[in-house]
Amino acid sequence: MIEIENVRKSFGSLEVLKGIDLTVNKGEVLTIIGGSGSGKSTLLTCINGLEPINSGRIVVDGTEVHAKSTDLNKLRRKLGIVFQQWNAFPHLTVLENVMLAPRKVLGLSKAEAEAIAVKQLTHVGLADKLGVYPSRLSGGQQQRMAIARALAMSPDYMLFDEVTSALDPQLVGEVLDTLRMLASEGMTMICVTHEMKFAREVSDRVAFFSKGVMAEIGVPQQIFEAPRNPETAAFVKLTQA
Amino acid sequence: MFSYTFQWKQAFARLPVMLEGAVVTIEIALLSMLIGIALAVLLTGFRLSGNRVLSGIAATWVEIARNTPALFQIYMAHFGLGSFGLHLSPYTSLLLGITFNNAGYLAENFRGALKAIPDTQTRAARSLGMTPVRAFGHVVLPQMLRIAFLPMTNQMVWAILMTSLGITVGMNTDLYGVTQDLNALTFRTFELFALAAVIFYLITKTVQIGARLVAARLFRY
Repeated sequence: MIEIENVRKSFGSLEVLKGIDLTVNKGEVLTIIGGSGSGKSTLLTCINGLEPINSGRIVVDGTEVHAKSTDLNKLRRKLGIVFQQWNAFPHLTVLENVMLAPRKVLGLSKAEAEAIAVKQLTHVGLADKLGVYPSRLSGGQQQRMAIARALAMSPDYMLFDEVTSALDPQLVGEVLDTLRMLASEGMTMICVTHEMKFAREVSDRVAFFSKGVMAEIGVPQQIFEAPRNPETAAFVKLTQA
Repeated sequence: MFSYTFQWKQAFARLPVMLEGAVVTIEIALLSMLIGIALAVLLTGFRLSGNRVLSGIAATWVEIARNTPALFQIYMAHFGLGSFGLHLSPYTSLLLGITFNNAGYLAENFRGALKAIPDTQTRAARSLGMTPVRAFGHVVLPQMLRIAFLPMTNQMVWAILMTSLGITVGMNTDLYGVTQDLNALTFRTFELFALAAVIFYLITKTVQIGARLVAARLFRY
């Protein structure tokens, strides 16, 4: 379970999260929608401790992320994250990209790490690209590789930060299909996305962020068909036009 | 008007001695590179440390190394330190001077190479649970080496050629120094120095071709 309690976060004088309260249960798929600068991506990087917070707390399975005593490297094994820019390691092959963390962080043998990597890459449909360098892959393939790389650590939670935003339109589908597959397998996921159709289809709950505040949260049908907050209504109307 | 008679045999007779000099030249260049790379890594760390004193030391080093003649740097290592009572042998001062130069140039190359690697690479590595050291070692460093590899090769070539400046501090066991001594003995100036130039050329060309082969093996992406 991920518990977010009254989290505030500023970059300099700009407050991007203004007291967020949110709980994500095991097995749940939560999508976060909202305009640019609403703080949705920042929240994800705070959850895995890549960004510090100014106040409040984030607790993952009983461990407070930003407590001084927390071993973030250990905690991050539970929390896979995939970014908008897929960040493939260009000097490693697809297989090596996925094997790196299991070997160096989990301390697995080469054979064990390779078995896991092959399994995850097959899972995301890249079984025929193992020995290829990322520069030879399309954006969609690189993004799926990044997903496999995160999955190879056997995380309990997956955080997706606008993973299709940097892709050519024709490549969005293959990445969303991968996310749908994960959701159907019961992975706990928080997806920040601009893909409204996807959000509606896959989510257990949808949260709408606006200017650093979680304006509304609810089941997809309610958010998209009967939004209570006028800002949500305006946003939904705009994105579905 | 042209009364010089070539006597190549005289020069070729000295080839074994010159080749021994070439070995010393290669040795100094290699040592100066190894120590230079280590120092450059340290200087790069200093520059990025955020500590004013450390980054000041590194910046000064880089400025002097890159903006003064290499001859001056070797001179200072010998006569400069000598006037403070630290008397180094020609070999040591030449090595010290070239190493100083290498470290300065390479530190700047390394810094540029580091800047070329986006922060998001480190972020991605850290998000997989890697410690900062692991993220640097497995993700940043290999990419940095690729970018810095060609400048490092150039610096190695430059280091080989810089050994010729050793004669100004009394160095006479390296290729250039040996040739100079032979010239004083035989006055076959053109033949000897032409031969030395060919040897220099062959060494540097070998370094360049070797580096290209190594790069092709190491950097396949």
